[in-house]
Amino acid sequence: MAAEKYQDDLTAIRSMMERSSRFISLSGLSGVAAGLIALVGGCWALYLLHQQGRDYLTASEMAYSTAFFTQLFITALLILILAIAAAAYFTVRKSKRSGLKIWTSATRQLLVNLFIPLIIGGICCLALFYHGQLQLLAPATLIFYGLALINASKYTFQEIYYLGLLEACLGLISCFLIGYGLIFWIVGFGVLHIIYGILMQRKYR
Amino acid sequence: MINIQSLNKEFESRVRLGIMSILMVREWVEFKELKELLEITDGNLASHAGALEKNDYVEVRKEFVGKKPRTTYNVTRLGRKAFTDHLTQLEKLMRQS
Repeated sequence: MAAEKYQDDLTAIRSMMERSSRFISLSGLSGVAAGLIALVGGCWALYLLHQQGRDYLTASEMAYSTAFFTQLFITALLILILAIAAAAYFTVRKSKRSGLKIWTSATRQLLVNLFIPLIIGGICCLALFYHGQLQLLAPATLIFYGLALINASKYTFQEIYYLGLLEACLGLISCFLIGYGLIFWIVGFGVLHIIYGILMQRKYR
Repeated sequence: MINIQSLNKEFESRVRLGIMSILMVREWVEFKELKELLEITDGNLASHAGALEKNDYVEVRKEFVGKKPRTTYNVTRLGRKAFTDHLTQLEKLMRQS
């Protein structure tokens, strides 16, 4: 009897440590949704480039029209907003279903640690953009996103750490394969997210 | 036979185990959040936290945010050691049985 009580105690301790320190409401579906949005958005950007008669894959230095830039910029912004909204939606839904609180200090820590590298990276990308180093934009977003995930993984599922490593590696590879940036971007933000989301959904359902 | 003597009596209650396990993985947790995580009443938490404080296992910080008092808890070095020892004992007992 006593042994059973101690076993229960240990289980309770482990679950309390887990529940209080980590944000476990992150939904696998949010990964899938964000990935799909990135996939569609990335392909749309590729299409825009081809429509311009400019082959992103081989082109190095070209002058783009302002209107075209605006189009690309709006696409990027839309992808970002839709992906975050979808991820937030599925995550809130999941935590409501499992009766978990969303806004805890574990969540705050997760967000702070995620956004520090992301914001630094974002500003760095703006600088690249400002200097016209467009070919490095896609690699830079992948690298900083990967670092942000690695940094935030302490406060949520361990798997995020490996996703971050993969994203950063993709970014590094694409640094050397200038011109294929958009393809790497689609693979990283689209395909990887979808695979990750499906894996998580199956594991933690 | 299991030697229950080796376990720390201060951690007998599930509430105290809960408080300690949260504080082990976090720093300065608010009273309100502890209460919600453990799903217990104010009085229950206050008395158990008080007992842990008396043993110097947790330290308490009381401050005011505006006009509202805010109480936060943190585990002390002594508490950390006591709880780790307790866990080791528990696990040892589990292996024996």
